[in-house]
Amino acid sequence: MIGSPLSIATVFHLGPVPITAPVVATWGIMAVLAGGSWLLTRRLQLRPSSPQAVLELVVEGIAGQIRDTMRADPRPYEPLIGTLFLFILTANWSSLVPGMEPPTAHIETDAALALIVFVAIAWFGMRARGPVGWLASFAEPNLLMTPLNLVESITRTFSLLVRLFGNVMSGVFVIGIVLSLVGLLVPVPLMALELLTGAVQAYIFSILAMVFISGAVGDTARRDGAKS
Amino acid sequence: MNWIEIASILGAALAVSFGAVGPALGEGRAVAAAMDAIARQPEAANTLARTLFVGLAMIETMAIYCLVIALLLLFANPFVR
Repeated sequence: MIGSPLSIATVFHLGPVPITAPVVATWGIMAVLAGGSWLLTRRLQLRPSSPQAVLELVVEGIAGQIRDTMRADPRPYEPLIGTLFLFILTANWSSLVPGMEPPTAHIETDAALALIVFVAIAWFGMRARGPVGWLASFAEPNLLMTPLNLVESITRTFSLLVRLFGNVMSGVFVIGIVLSLVGLLVPVPLMALELLTGAVQAYIFSILAMVFISGAVGDTARRDGAKS
Repeated sequence: MNWIEIASILGAALAVSFGAVGPALGEGRAVAAAMDAIARQPEAANTLARTLFVGLAMIETMAIYCLVIALLLLFANPFVR
């Protein structure tokens, strides 16, 4: 990746629709994650085998993070947050596979992920407060803040998208530039740093999604949910 | 090479270089404050570290915005054909 980071390569055409490389990579990652989960959860036992123990560790870890951050029962949020985290982590680390470029290094994939979070914020907010209560929550703390709250709900989605895109893309870009200057061994420390950045960005993305969702759900609704 | 291209390249370099100064200072202050807090209250280190990470990502976004503007100037400049 040394050309424009905003352009994408078309792999093949499906009728009139051009299928680009990030789309192929995304479907590959989805297939690996879904297939792996299906294979691992096919024979669940009370006495876990070692793959099942690892899987339980991951699920429990994500649930613990959600409980700590949102201070609520993690069950309704874990499918979404856990999938987001695991998908972004796998996507960021997919650059380890030779010849593969992380799909999150292209702005369209990140836009789709941020849009999912945007819809999820509205969905959980409406479910917790009802549609009217959710709309009324934009007028908090007073009516004067409504325009600011509306703008904020757009800009924070946009910043979620630009943050993930900028971090992953800049990493891939720097590695590409170094690789074109010195081929052997020199890019390896940069790639190791890129693994750290990828993990941190996946963590940040899911933490911010949690923070936004728990802000939309609100304090009282969450406390009632935790009680019931 | 015409003036718009020269100005775009200069603008991109200036955006990244000056856009990195503010977030760097801010991140330094944030990390220093978190270190201070952890030294005073080591049992709260987990919560502090999590909040610090989220805060750092927020601050870092400012530098990333500058990077994206620079890339737009270099690769998707609407005034250069």
